[in-house]
Amino acid sequence: MTLLAEAAPEPLCYGTVVNEWICADYFRDRSDELTSATAEHLSITLGAVALGLVMAIPLAVMARRSKRLEGWVLSLSTGLYTIPSLALFPLLVPFTGITATTVVLGLALYSLTILVRNTLSGLRSVPDEVRESAVGNGYGPTRLLLQIELPLALPVVIAGLRVATVSTVALTTVGTLVSYGGLGNLLASGVKDDFKAQIFAASLLCVLLALVLDAVLVVVQRVLTPWSRAGS
Amino acid sequence: MIEDAFAYLLDGSNWSGSEGMLALLLQQLLLTATALAVACVLGLPIALWLGHLGRGGFLAVNISNIGRAVPTYAVLVLLSVSDAGPFGTAELGPYGRAGFATLFSLILFALPPIITNAYVGVREVDKDLVEASRGMGMHGVQVFREVELPLARPVIVTGVRLALVQVWATATIAALVEGPGLGKVIVAGFFNSNYGKGIAGAIVVAAVALLLEGASTFAERRSDPLRRATPSPRKVTVSSQRDDGREATGEPLIP
Repeated sequence: MTLLAEAAPEPLCYGTVVNEWICADYFRDRSDELTSATAEHLSITLGAVALGLVMAIPLAVMARRSKRLEGWVLSLSTGLYTIPSLALFPLLVPFTGITATTVVLGLALYSLTILVRNTLSGLRSVPDEVRESAVGNGYGPTRLLLQIELPLALPVVIAGLRVATVSTVALTTVGTLVSYGGLGNLLASGVKDDFKAQIFAASLLCVLLALVLDAVLVVVQRVLTPWSRAGS
Repeated sequence: MIEDAFAYLLDGSNWSGSEGMLALLLQQLLLTATALAVACVLGLPIALWLGHLGRGGFLAVNISNIGRAVPTYAVLVLLSVSDAGPFGTAELGPYGRAGFATLFSLILFALPPIITNAYVGVREVDKDLVEASRGMGMHGVQVFREVELPLARPVIVTGVRLALVQVWATATIAALVEGPGLGKVIVAGFFNSNYGKGIAGAIVVAAVALLLEGASTFAERRSDPLRRATPSPRKVTVSSQRDDGREATGEPLIP
């Protein structure tokens, strides 16, 4: 008995008898599991937001051309946003299967709502004088977009990215339906086994991840748009 | 998989009975209606009052940001596993297993859009109009009832509509903690590798979500005489950009 106890010391706050919410032993013993779940969560979130941005910019540039196109693009993305995540992932499964792609694509479609809107209003916020002087200086449409309009739209685009990123971190957990939910997988197995320390740790890490990514984007904006600080 | 889903939808026996899709649909609609009503009763008075006073804006706007960062799934899990008080997986009448925990989280996630929009709606009523009505001798309550409330109504109603969509989505996720509602069909299908069933459930949930959104948008238009008279100008107020570039009110919050 003593020998056994020495060989494998019982954790103090989780196990068959004790089941505490906050448990340092859990963080120590399961750090590998926590790290890999967080890494999966992070890569799904970043993949989704990046894919969302890659889709949103051309959509916004397109929507800018006509009122009708704008109406279509905005109502399509809003309509998609109305569909609950637990229903959107299954609807993508026939096309993408039980893979991480399903979750990344679903979350990217959600992020379109905010990203298209913000990219559009960012592009609209570029003053006409700036656009005219660029054209006067010989800028063609592509260079105008890439070198003048998009950089000036950045503050508004990044504001949208922050909102999209924070909500994507939260939504990634639902990906556990197709077993790619990052920290959501820990929540799911925590519910199944009534494992409080795991549930608490996964929830906490989820919120922390959202806060950290938000802070990173604030720093990114400061670095990329030094002029917006000079004014204020 | 899609054929399986339609076969499941067309089989009448999947709709009938106490665990059939019809019963689950009604249960989820009941959950949604209850949560939305409670959230309105709790959130609207305080938010409208703060908007009228012009205080507490920091809280009213930040409550949305906090709501967005907290995963609905995590809250459902925390509440349904918790053995403190009324939470946990106990049955609650027509609301089903983990009924209280589910209702509580639905209300929690319905509050941010309701509070933010009600606050911003009242707060951003043209100050000249408020001054003018005071000048005409209206007192606080009159200004609120006769001027601020009617003008803020479209924005307030938008908040309630966003909350409705949010509540419907959260109610679906409740099934992940073996809670009530239509999500059960999706979760049961996926966890038993019966993908046709899961997709069938998802089709119903998505269709009802779009119907709710469509119906509430329609009701919103109908309830606003100004918007009916002039189709677009009101929209400008609703989606006014705040200085951080984020939309103050029209911004979606749904998982």
